[in-house]
Amino acid sequence: MENATASLFRARLVPGLILAAFGLLPVLAGLIDDTFIVFFAIRVMIFAIAAVSLALILGFGAMVSFGHAAYIGLGAYTVGILAENGVWEFYVSLPATLVVCGLFALVTGAISLKTRGVYFIMITLAFGQMAYYTATSLSAYGGDDGLTMWGRTEIFGSSMLSDRMTFYYVVFAVLVAVWWLCRTMVNSRFGRVLQGARQSEMRLQAIGIDPYAYRLAAYVIAGMIAGVAGALLANAAEFVSPAYMSWHRSGELIFMVVLGGLGSFSGAILGASGYLVLEEVLSHVTENWRLIFGPFLILVVLYGRGGLLGLITGGKRDG
Amino acid sequence: MADSILRLEALEKSYGALLVTDRVSLDVRPGEIHAVIGPNGAGKTTLIGQISGSLQPDAGRILFEGRGVTHLPMHARARAGLARSFQITTILPDFTARQNVALALQAHQGHSFRFFRDVAKDEALNEAAGRVLADLSLASRADIPAGVLSHGEKRSLELAIALATAPKLLLLDEPMAGTGREETDRLVEVLSSLKGRYAMLLVEHDMSAVFALADRISVLVYGAIIATGTPEEIRNDARVREAYLGEEAA
Repeated sequence: MENATASLFRARLVPGLILAAFGLLPVLAGLIDDTFIVFFAIRVMIFAIAAVSLALILGFGAMVSFGHAAYIGLGAYTVGILAENGVWEFYVSLPATLVVCGLFALVTGAISLKTRGVYFIMITLAFGQMAYYTATSLSAYGGDDGLTMWGRTEIFGSSMLSDRMTFYYVVFAVLVAVWWLCRTMVNSRFGRVLQGARQSEMRLQAIGIDPYAYRLAAYVIAGMIAGVAGALLANAAEFVSPAYMSWHRSGELIFMVVLGGLGSFSGAILGASGYLVLEEVLSHVTENWRLIFGPFLILVVLYGRGGLLGLITGGKRDG
Repeated sequence: MADSILRLEALEKSYGALLVTDRVSLDVRPGEIHAVIGPNGAGKTTLIGQISGSLQPDAGRILFEGRGVTHLPMHARARAGLARSFQITTILPDFTARQNVALALQAHQGHSFRFFRDVAKDEALNEAAGRVLADLSLASRADIPAGVLSHGEKRSLELAIALATAPKLLLLDEPMAGTGREETDRLVEVLSSLKGRYAMLLVEHDMSAVFALADRISVLVYGAIIATGTPEEIRNDARVREAYLGEEAA
């Protein structure tokens, strides 16, 4: 019993620790005067946002989308293309990102969600690849080479996002907001339906609920959130590339979610962090880092049930 | 005619050359328990599937409260008041018993596009779910995951979920399947306490349960109904005896 209480305590502790770590990191980095860590942490948080959105549909709705990176790319291209045309304001680019990603998710989701299991995986992959090849063929916007942005999104004419610290905390705030939003949604009536449909679609039909519209809504919301991650990524790199939406990226996102522990948003954040840190560290140690990275991921999936979060909390989840 | 809550008119369904539902007509009156019995492979579950909407008949009509529901999807029939329990327990194993029932209640309180309020703190909903569970003696088990309930408790929960949808007709597909003597007796007691409040179409293997509960019984053999009548009439029906004896001889 004491063990259970202890692991529950640790489960509650994890979200707090994540918040504290990302919240204080720039201060600590400032002490040792290391700018790389801040840049890197921005990247980690951006992918954490995307991973949280994928965790919403994958972990709670059992929708294994293999095309989730498409939304990162769509968000990035929306910001990039607007900038190329002289539109830098966030109050244009943010709604535009949400609309573009929401519409793409609505159309592709409406079709994909007619299928299940491996067919759903393949059809989302196909839509993702469609988006990817469309981006590579946008010759007016860099095609294969991508698109350089000559600045960052502006907020009412102010270029405050060009300040590294401000940008860091904006990304941090978005991560916290998205995290809160997704947690709130899974604990709502909507979330009950989503999680019920994961367990037995037949049961939901039998009590009078058609899960399709709820699944589609979750899919669209997840797509829009990943689009915001893409918009932030474009700003972080000041560059937009078709590579953002390649299927490798979609696969990486799935890995982040599984690595962190399915069915938890703090797990998704841990997974994104763990994945990118390991990739970064290993790629400095050896050129053939994938030879180590690949088997490591396989081991975590096979033996680390509950992922990184499960290793920390001994199985209990909260958040 | 008009006073039946459910009416099947000449339902037919085949799987390839195999006729599994052969011009089945029957009706369930308000407050009545109408049992369907028959040997294994008689097509009982296929029939339930067509009534609940998980299967489509090839021909014939299904009328629920006088309204044609033959082509309505399952969830729409459930909303209209047709509640199905499953032969193979179909509960949501990761949810607690209370959450299972609360979801069924929620399904009948309008749409669930409500994103912000924490449903675990919805006192009205959770208390209502608690009352349904208490009716089925599951109150003490309300907050443990449904997946770890005993088999008998899962069967009771299955019934609780169906009742939570405020049904007009309970479609019970072998509610006693796999339960021990004691559990069966308890479920018979529960069902007879519900008798009169809900119309029920009961498909069941347990003959003593059927004869204890049913007002009328229909006997299904090779997809066709060979007899319908009171328990007394069915007990004395020569064709029914033959069908059952024939099965045992084979």
